[in-house]
Amino acid sequence: MPGIVLALIGMVVFALGYRYYSKFIAERIYRLDPNFRTPAHEFNDGVDFVPTKKSIVWAHHFTSVAGAAPILGPAIAVYWGWLPAFLWVVLGTVFAAGVHDFGSLVLSVRNKGQSIGTIAEKLIGRRAKLLFLFIILILVLMVNAVFAWVIANLFVTFPASVLSIFIQIPLALIIGIYIHRKTKSMLLPSIVALVIMYGSAVLASEIPALQIDLVQYFGGEGATFVFGMDAVSLAFLIWIGILMIYVYIASTLPVWRLLQPRDYINAQQLVIGLIILYAGLFITNPTVTAPATRTVDDVSWLPLLFITVACGAISGFHSLVSSGTSSKQLNNEKDARVVGYLGAVGEGVLALISIIAVVTLFSSANEFTAAYSSFNVANADGLTNFIMGAGVLASGLGIPEGIAQTIVAVIVISFAATTLDTAVRLMRYIISEIAAEYKAYALTKKHVATSIAVGSSALLVIMPGDDRGFGAGGYLLWPLFGTSNQLLAGIALLLITIWLRRLGRNYLVTLIPMIFLLVMTMYAMILQITTEWLFTRPDGDLLLFVLGSIIFVFAAWICIEAITLFKNEKPRRDLDV
Amino acid sequence: MTFVSKMKQAFAWYDEVLQFPHRAEIKRELREEDDLFHLLCFSELLGLPNPVSYYTLELYPEMIENFHEWHLRMGMEKSPLDNIRCC
Repeated sequence: MPGIVLALIGMVVFALGYRYYSKFIAERIYRLDPNFRTPAHEFNDGVDFVPTKKSIVWAHHFTSVAGAAPILGPAIAVYWGWLPAFLWVVLGTVFAAGVHDFGSLVLSVRNKGQSIGTIAEKLIGRRAKLLFLFIILILVLMVNAVFAWVIANLFVTFPASVLSIFIQIPLALIIGIYIHRKTKSMLLPSIVALVIMYGSAVLASEIPALQIDLVQYFGGEGATFVFGMDAVSLAFLIWIGILMIYVYIASTLPVWRLLQPRDYINAQQLVIGLIILYAGLFITNPTVTAPATRTVDDVSWLPLLFITVACGAISGFHSLVSSGTSSKQLNNEKDARVVGYLGAVGEGVLALISIIAVVTLFSSANEFTAAYSSFNVANADGLTNFIMGAGVLASGLGIPEGIAQTIVAVIVISFAATTLDTAVRLMRYIISEIAAEYKAYALTKKHVATSIAVGSSALLVIMPGDDRGFGAGGYLLWPLFGTSNQLLAGIALLLITIWLRRLGRNYLVTLIPMIFLLVMTMYAMILQITTEWLFTRPDGDLLLFVLGSIIFVFAAWICIEAITLFKNEKPRRDLDV
Repeated sequence: MTFVSKMKQAFAWYDEVLQFPHRAEIKRELREEDDLFHLLCFSELLGLPNPVSYYTLELYPEMIENFHEWHLRMGMEKSPLDNIRCC
């Protein structure tokens, strides 16, 4: 079957979902009111609350939620064949992610633009707010560990990409200083920066001397270096160390100096990446060689598929974006449909191309099965397979495959780095907030909170190991990342459901995805902690067991909160209708 | 509308989209820098000796607008200082 067919089916379902399902929800369930005075108008202060055009808020929502995660998850999940991953991405986006992003945006707009955490406190109580903060904390901790590993892994696998990534930092700093306090556009300087980055990627692909390949410096794969560590382990350790120092500096610098110009350049890479991949798909017209479904004997797709693909099908992180920024900028309540629902669809489109790039990469089903020999191999190599597949698609535009792979690697690393920067900054704020709740004021200081954030993330990424050595097992955390992300989505859906119930509306559209998510995450965690991660087993892992158990307890806690709330429905608090 | 002006509009839109995520934080950071600058200029009013008051006095006409915005932002409807009559 041609890969284009998959893309077209996906697009048609997304279009129908937006046209009919989101319209039904907007009119019958959330009942958007064009005359409602949005927080952007009510509290317009020129800084946080500013009425903004819907196309701009939508584009912001889309670029904030689309990153490396919707690429990585589907590239792993095709392990069970392309069909389960494809169905979950397409149907999950239409029936879960769209409703969730859209709903959290409307809920926040109807509650003075407050964040989901504050709304949780208002609707359920202080305990819910703390639960919410702890789940975000665990989520960002996973994000830091997983993405530090992702970047280190890509630096080791694609050494030609290292130069471009490191060139981006001084370029962003220069743009930041040049633009500061001026009303000039960043567009031209950022395009120049992109040209320099891609130019260096092309050069590094062609000239091996420009490739910063630590593994080769240490004597190649398998060589033993200092303290009995092999070259790959040492390369991982050094890259992770450098990344942690970088994120520490990036998250404590003023945002205009480094983060804004970097995000600006990276958002352009998202646009370029999507155009190259979809254009390449239509030009090369590759055939899907992977099997539609596959029987495996290590881990079953039920329930692991639903936590392997979090971003791209439904992700709780979106509720933070919806309620944190988008809701304060909405010009008209009717715009929420475009921003929330279509923003989620945008991410689905990215996840879809990730599936297509991987399932069309191999020349036969046997080759695919060999490359995805076990779930651990799929976790470790999923992203590399995506980059190879994307390289093949991009070659349709006349870009040589080697260079295309380097450029795609640069794009993916940039996404991962943006996510890492944001997550460390977010973690710093959450540590400060939790510390303030418990009156531990020393921990609220910028450098103390950042040190805790960076230190704990570094420990987490280095601790789990597999047979490939030190630091190389960071990918083992991926299912935990997916789970905590789904739990966050579960809480957001719970809040929307309570809100709809108190207004006497049909709340099944949010209740069903919520129950589905909570059941799947709890089932997955029970399965993992009682089998694969069980520390009493010889190949078990204490760290993953403990983390999995914590997440399971959180999930159970949310379920208990939800059931108690539904049983003892209290009179409506200060909720807006 | 000519092609050129359409393109200009499209680029302005694109630029605004990409600036959007950090807009509020940057405005806040700039405001804090301005507040610090105000403190340095008006430090004598708080009892802190200012060695460069001769020069900062020259900034008075430039700063009066900003000072007015600052006291409004701080929740004071009228100027808190008798000798600065911005409103």
